[in-house]
Amino acid sequence: MGKFFRFLLRHPTVAVGGTLLLALILMAVFAPWIVSKDPMALSPIHRARVPSDQFLFGTDLLGRDVFARVVYGARVSLIVGFTVAFLSAVIGTIIGLTSGFVRWVDAIVMRIMDGLMSIPTILLAIALIALTRASLENVIIAITIAEVPRVVRLVRGLALSLREQPYVEAAIAAGASPVRVVFKHIFPNTIAALTVQTTYICGLAILAEASLSFIGAGVPPSIPSWGNIMAEGRALWQIKPHMIAFPAVFLSITILSINMLGDGLRDAIDPRMAKRI
Amino acid sequence: MFAYTIRRLLLTLPVMLVVAIFVYGLLDLAPGDPAVFLAGDDATLEDIARIRMTLGLDQPFYQRFAMWLGRVLQGDLGVSLFTGVSVTEMIVQRMAPTFTLMFMTLCVSVLVAIPLGALAAWRHNRAYDRGVMILAVLSFSIPTFVVGYILAWGLGIELRWLPVQGYVPYSQGIWASIRTLILPTLALGSVYIALITRITRATLLETMSQDYVRTARAKGVGNKSILFKHALKNSAIPIVTVIGSGVALLISGAVVTETVFSIPGLGRLTVDAILRKDYPIIQGVILLFSFMYVLVNLLIDLLYRVFDPRIKY
Repeated sequence: MGKFFRFLLRHPTVAVGGTLLLALILMAVFAPWIVSKDPMALSPIHRARVPSDQFLFGTDLLGRDVFARVVYGARVSLIVGFTVAFLSAVIGTIIGLTSGFVRWVDAIVMRIMDGLMSIPTILLAIALIALTRASLENVIIAITIAEVPRVVRLVRGLALSLREQPYVEAAIAAGASPVRVVFKHIFPNTIAALTVQTTYICGLAILAEASLSFIGAGVPPSIPSWGNIMAEGRALWQIKPHMIAFPAVFLSITILSINMLGDGLRDAIDPRMAKRI
Repeated sequence: MFAYTIRRLLLTLPVMLVVAIFVYGLLDLAPGDPAVFLAGDDATLEDIARIRMTLGLDQPFYQRFAMWLGRVLQGDLGVSLFTGVSVTEMIVQRMAPTFTLMFMTLCVSVLVAIPLGALAAWRHNRAYDRGVMILAVLSFSIPTFVVGYILAWGLGIELRWLPVQGYVPYSQGIWASIRTLILPTLALGSVYIALITRITRATLLETMSQDYVRTARAKGVGNKSILFKHALKNSAIPIVTVIGSGVALLISGAVVTETVFSIPGLGRLTVDAILRKDYPIIQGVILLFSFMYVLVNLLIDLLYRVFDPRIKY
């Protein structure tokens, strides 16, 4: 425990980013205890109200409480961020390690990844969403497919350079099976870089979901997500900016906290990389 | 050089083929009958049959893919399911604002970011450097569309310097047209500027620790001269590489920025197409943008030699 706190003291960005993120996670988990109002409840009499004591963040065009929607919206963003980060890390690692060790797979897989990477994230997701019904799962699948190639590239690159290392050669000479080499000697050495990359992917996924929902190609409009709340507020934003401002602030803080965590972890894991990027 | 250019050009073919297979194959991969889905909930049997005919869904995959690819190579991207107008025509009509916006953003970002990053490297670890880095982290974290609203509210509504939303085509005056794109350019540029600033600073710092920089310093060359004459030139390659790969960000960002500023470009075309499930349009826009992205990065690959004559192909 003491070690952990010393680590946080030495890397304040990790501490600040981590604390902010933890607060947001708590907000998402305990949403029903924080707001008593139903984020989906319509109340046509209280349409488009500005923030007041009764409605902390005002109401939207259908009279729904924006504060309740913003608090519940954290759930959507964090679920998307964490799920996409986890899925793309797992899938990307499996493909990347295979590709780094099996030559004929590599040739094919890397061409496919190059192709996928030349389709900009949002457009790739739009194509997938356009052909399926709007749902949280489909948004997660679409963003995951767009993010997997990044992980594949990273893991494959690391695997290719690691397998030339003397200690790996020694393991092979000592008779270790290829599977053992991959899991015992290669994979553990990719974890550090993978963790940093996964953190960034979490932030990128949250951004992608918000952007998709904002343009109307994300989660169904009934689900309170920050992108959806802002999409609702688009029509009236010049006179009632609160519908856009509050979710925007929360969205930005969330991505900021994750980016800070990523930057801090990167610097902590590899001080040489601190200077780069 | 010529042989390399040809080889590099050939290498883009498999990439574009993967993109084509992906955007075309998605129709078949999607669950259920694509014709039924695209026709929507209140479609008649005739609508479904018409869509099936338009997309050629009654033939086997490889056959229709080959025919579709053949038409695409001739510039025929099919017809819109909604209006029946040629997709190529619709894209050409909407191209001007999007490409102007992207080109303006590219120019402004490069002109702002490289000096910003170079100065940060020069003032390494001082207040200016720290300030630039904090701004960069913030730009990475505040989504493009949020930056768009902040700018539109501040410079458009409060200060009334620039039009808040909307777009004026070239035909009504070049300046009037550009004026409507200034705020979108700044919004779209926020992330791109941060990206280029960071890579410029990082690469310069790395270059500055090289032996020849120490030699230059030892023989009495001034700091400014080292930075701009020796280091910047030798840092060009990572910087242009990031400028190239960042074009993907510009494309994704443009789609969203056009929605914020109500610009009738390719982004709006795509967004309207999603709502109407007009897949041929989405297909066409993706093909066009991916082709552009691949082409830009090819160009940058070929430019490497200009920046570093030591590179031999």
